[in-house]
Amino acid sequence: MVQIEVRHLSKTFTSKDVKVNALKDINLEIKQGDIYGIIGMSGAGKSTLVRCLNYLEKPTAGEVWVDGKELGGMTEKELLKQRKDIAMIFQHFNLLMQKNVVDNVSFPLLIQGVKKKEARKRAEELLDVVGLKEKELAYPAQLSGGQKQRVAIARALASDPRILLCDEATSALDPQTTAAILELLKDINNRYGITIVIITHQMSVIRKICSRVAIMSSGEIKEHGRVDEIFSHPKTREARELILKDADSEETVNLAKPQDRLMEAKKIRIVFSENSSFEPVIANMILKTGRPVNILKADTKNVGGIAKGEMILGLPDDWKLQEEIEDYLKDRGLEIEEVTGDV
Amino acid sequence: MFSNEVLQMLVKGIGETLYMTLASTLFGYLFGLPMGILLTISDKEGIRPNAFLYKIMDVIANIVRSVPFLILLIVLIPFTRFIVGKSYGSTATIVPLVVAAVPYIARMVESSLREVDAGVIEAARSMGASTFTIVTKVLLVEARTSLIVGVTITLGTILGYSAMAGTVGGGGLGDIAIRYGYYRYEAGIMAVTVILLILLVQIFQTVGMKLSVHLDKRK
Repeated sequence: MVQIEVRHLSKTFTSKDVKVNALKDINLEIKQGDIYGIIGMSGAGKSTLVRCLNYLEKPTAGEVWVDGKELGGMTEKELLKQRKDIAMIFQHFNLLMQKNVVDNVSFPLLIQGVKKKEARKRAEELLDVVGLKEKELAYPAQLSGGQKQRVAIARALASDPRILLCDEATSALDPQTTAAILELLKDINNRYGITIVIITHQMSVIRKICSRVAIMSSGEIKEHGRVDEIFSHPKTREARELILKDADSEETVNLAKPQDRLMEAKKIRIVFSENSSFEPVIANMILKTGRPVNILKADTKNVGGIAKGEMILGLPDDWKLQEEIEDYLKDRGLEIEEVTGDV
Repeated sequence: MFSNEVLQMLVKGIGETLYMTLASTLFGYLFGLPMGILLTISDKEGIRPNAFLYKIMDVIANIVRSVPFLILLIVLIPFTRFIVGKSYGSTATIVPLVVAAVPYIARMVESSLREVDAGVIEAARSMGASTFTIVTKVLLVEARTSLIVGVTITLGTILGYSAMAGTVGGGGLGDIAIRYGYYRYEAGIMAVTVILLILLVQIFQTVGMKLSVHLDKRK
């Protein structure tokens, strides 16, 4: 079931005669219970987009439908009530610094008029869920970044939301803490069936927990779809760049020096699917053709539980040999495409 | 060193000065706090931008603050008489003190509230908090340390103004300093009143700072 639907959404910021088109005709569908990623470089408009989903930012044009209701048609009062269903966590946690942990978590409940005692009880339960029960009387300043984000998550869950928006929620955290927070989000998604929308500039975050992704650049959605499909068949330049960047940041084996790459006559990208990555395809191919190929780049990853891999080969000059290699690879059930430029 | 009479007069002076200062600060905040809040939220970066409202209060605050206090004191005499029935004495002095303090306090409050992290306000908005809730549960709570520092500074300033009001029969330590110390050349009394004023400011400052540090949970 589609829970969030964005139709022809545009947002223009005007300040002193300067117009900035932050969002241009965005169309998006997010299904109930999904973990949906929106990725892009800074300035791509993703933070503005996520703020349109709870109307913290009013779109210039277009519609946002949440659970069958159009937010733009709501009165101020209805909107405040609607936000109870759409919780949000932030890059800088945004906790009340003068309130202790349990009061921070109770805060959204008190806004909704829940009695103090009841709110406190619920807050304590939620602190248990995020594993911070023993810190309930601490102040945010005494917590680490990861702990602060856990408090923020507990606070977000307090109002029993149906949707959780995460605005760069792990960008201020180190890799281990990021992994732990992502695990927690995944767990929450499983346990409560809350739809999660994740805004990030890190492909690794998308890879680890999202099922679907939209790739944004200069206010537009360039590509969207299932994460594993986009990883194996990125259609746009933006998607390829983000995937390559992700690879650079982690377990990449980059075998050739940059100047050597230019020597290759033709470069092909091979995509491995789940089974073929366990077979020594390249070694067999070299044995069969009797000619070496240059491995420019190789990298395999765990994408949503399935092993995914890609490799970029530099082929010899001889076009007949190139054809032979390509045919061999195709026969093995691998997908190949030619790549150009500096990989 | 001083006669009993003089001592009594000094004690009464301290009492009047405290009365004027504390009462004026209290009434000053009664009007200045809401004005400061309105200035903050109606600003174009605020949670309820309203250019017209902001401009009006901005101009009023600037005008009142530009008029020298002594002039304000004299200009306001008819108004003071209308409010308290007379135009001299410590109770009467409270009226111009409040008028002078309100825009000053409003500016202090405005600058304190502006320090509150925009992210925290956004978080509250995302939870569906109304403007009123954001003001009472977020802005005033998060800024309380800074607000208390503001009260401390205001107390010191109003104490100084109240001493100035002494020149036109306002009562209090300033009155004594002017009448005995200045007009009658009794340097001893003048010195003592000045020292007493210094002590009062010190006490306000110390207590205020201690309190604000104690209430600050950001460390």
